[in-house]
Amino acid sequence: MTARGEMDVMGDDIEHAVVGLVRALRGAGLPVGIEQSESFAQALAWVDPMVRREVYLAARATLVSRREDLAVFDEIFAAFFGGPRVPKAQATPLAPRHDRSAFVRTALVAYMAERPEPNAREVEVPEQDKAASGLELLQRKDFSNCTPAELDAIARAMRELRFDVTLRISRRLVRARRGGRLDLARIVRAAARRGGTVVALARRRRKLRHRPLVVLADISGSMELYTRIVLQFLHGVTQHHARTETFVFGTRLTRITGQLQIRQVDAALAHAAREIVDFAGGTRIADCLHAFDRLHARRVLGPGAVVLIISDGWETGDPARLDAQMRRLAERAHRVVWLNPLLGRPGYAPEVRGMAAALAYVDDFLPIHDLRSLQALAVGLGRIPRRKGARSPWRVRGSLGHPRTPIVHAIHPAHAHPAFPGRRGEP
Amino acid sequence: MLAPPSSRQVLAEQLAAHGYLVDDALAMSVFLALRMQRPLFLEGAPGVGKTLLAGVLAELFETRLIRLSCYEGLELSQAAYEWNYPRQLLALQAHTHSQASEVPPPRAATPAGGATAMIDELYREAFLLKRPLLQAIDAALGRAPVLLIDEIDRADEEFESFLLELLGEFQITIPELGTLKARHRPIIVLTSNRTRDVHDALKRRCLYHWIDYPTLATEVEIVRRKVPGLAAHLRHHVVAFVQRLRREDLSKLPGIAETVDWAEALSHLGSTVLEPATVDATLGLLLKYHDDIEQVRGDRVVQLLVESA
Repeated sequence: MTARGEMDVMGDDIEHAVVGLVRALRGAGLPVGIEQSESFAQALAWVDPMVRREVYLAARATLVSRREDLAVFDEIFAAFFGGPRVPKAQATPLAPRHDRSAFVRTALVAYMAERPEPNAREVEVPEQDKAASGLELLQRKDFSNCTPAELDAIARAMRELRFDVTLRISRRLVRARRGGRLDLARIVRAAARRGGTVVALARRRRKLRHRPLVVLADISGSMELYTRIVLQFLHGVTQHHARTETFVFGTRLTRITGQLQIRQVDAALAHAAREIVDFAGGTRIADCLHAFDRLHARRVLGPGAVVLIISDGWETGDPARLDAQMRRLAERAHRVVWLNPLLGRPGYAPEVRGMAAALAYVDDFLPIHDLRSLQALAVGLGRIPRRKGARSPWRVRGSLGHPRTPIVHAIHPAHAHPAFPGRRGEP
Repeated sequence: MLAPPSSRQVLAEQLAAHGYLVDDALAMSVFLALRMQRPLFLEGAPGVGKTLLAGVLAELFETRLIRLSCYEGLELSQAAYEWNYPRQLLALQAHTHSQASEVPPPRAATPAGGATAMIDELYREAFLLKRPLLQAIDAALGRAPVLLIDEIDRADEEFESFLLELLGEFQITIPELGTLKARHRPIIVLTSNRTRDVHDALKRRCLYHWIDYPTLATEVEIVRRKVPGLAAHLRHHVVAFVQRLRREDLSKLPGIAETVDWAEALSHLGSTVLEPATVDATLGLLLKYHDDIEQVRGDRVVQLLVESA
């Protein structure tokens, strides 16, 4: 323990020190409310304010309310009161934006660079019928063959799509007109009001809740031609579906949920671009899924979560690792949907290293290469079955399917991987 | 012991006497929570002793431990209070029968006046079923209990808002009865495994503490207390191995309980040194996922044993 008298600041003016420290912490982004600073002041009455260590512990106990703030708190406290600094090794790595200069940003940067002025697009209003017929033609045009103007038209059309994910039945009970179970609280209350006669039977049923939706999008070099539309898609889904978590990856994983919550699409993507740092080139899907598993999965993969992975499956790492990571993911998620733009190309078979490894754990393997595939995705998301591992809501043949590829049959996990225990039905 | 401790050092000693070892940061958080009468919000990986702390506090203060385990769909009726509907219905029936046998009153008089009387009659404390949260502030208790709200992250977000009044004011408002306030403020401990973020409003009313895995020295001491039969050098190696294992990239890291279980198993096996074969055979006590066991078993165990020796 530190000797007395070291903390002259505290001895002179405790109040001043409290205010100053709280201000410094807020400046560093810690959510320190009035209640907390009051608690800290109160706490100082119970410890020896002349002993640095005591003040430190009291401040930590009252002012920090998140684990990830502990390292920042230590640094600020040390800076504020002088004395020995916290060893650097213990500090958590700073947010990616702080070491951005070392990296080259890839597809997203290219995309941002070629974007027209934010307002330009809104000014030009195409004639109604012309736009309609144009859209008709665009329905089946692969995104990679589209001109920027066509991509803008597709992006506009995409905004009309509703990506509603099916609801899940929670365990919470709510009032209902019929069905479910009796609501005795309401029955008794109503009867009491009527002098003791039970007139109607009030009921309760399970509440329906939104499923968490997690989107992991590949923005590496090989996906470059699709990144533009994919980002628009991410923004649309995040805006529309309240419980969406959005991540992009190449060689590393970045969470951009917060940035995409900005309503205006160009502003949102500009903010997202600032967060994304990546080496040009390869895709390390397994590493990124691993990072997702360790850092985010516990929090964002709530009950009944649907995971969308958008990638061509071009893994530059070890396919065996991808196999393990996909298995973890499939165990935790209610449904894993893999969207691959290459699947839209006739004759494509998922032989790419990685894609083949991942398929065993994927519930639905779908193309995302033209407007029609996006429409089919929107429809299917609204029909995701309640039972885990159930048959695909996306029809095997028909408007969407590619009869030449047997993939859609092969991926039914119950058949594809009999030894895999995670695919039981769940309530 | 009934009075709150006079300093965090005293508290740490008292907790240690009850078999719970704390570092100075946790000692400070608990000490301040007791002194300032604030709920304590404990977050940390599973198996670091969050829940255990509440039990030890109850022992220390020689008081009752009231435990509420949270789950999805947990409602006020299971957490705080519920009206005893069968009894209420019986009372209603008795009431209508007695009215029926009497001379029927003039028609206009019955509905309004009768209904209010009826409601007052039905919503009395006698018909109230007290669930953990209400029990914790029950005026009938002679002294403040310890209220453990376990794994709050499992409950729905809606449930958190029910807790705000209790955590801030130490009271619960029942619409039909009024506000019930604690005569003795309970010692409230909330735990979370952090499967989701708990709302700031709730955290603001508590003192927050992140419990980390214990240091080597602390964990050795815990094992010494729990498994006295294990030889000192083996104890040290066991703990060092587990601590080394926690730096591995695993799905679920072993907690303190796992260390103790494993130490106990080794002492039953009569081991004197940690052999790779023994470790492989008993790895299931430390790691609870098949993938984790597969990843570590064999060569990696040999390597970790050397590194932790």
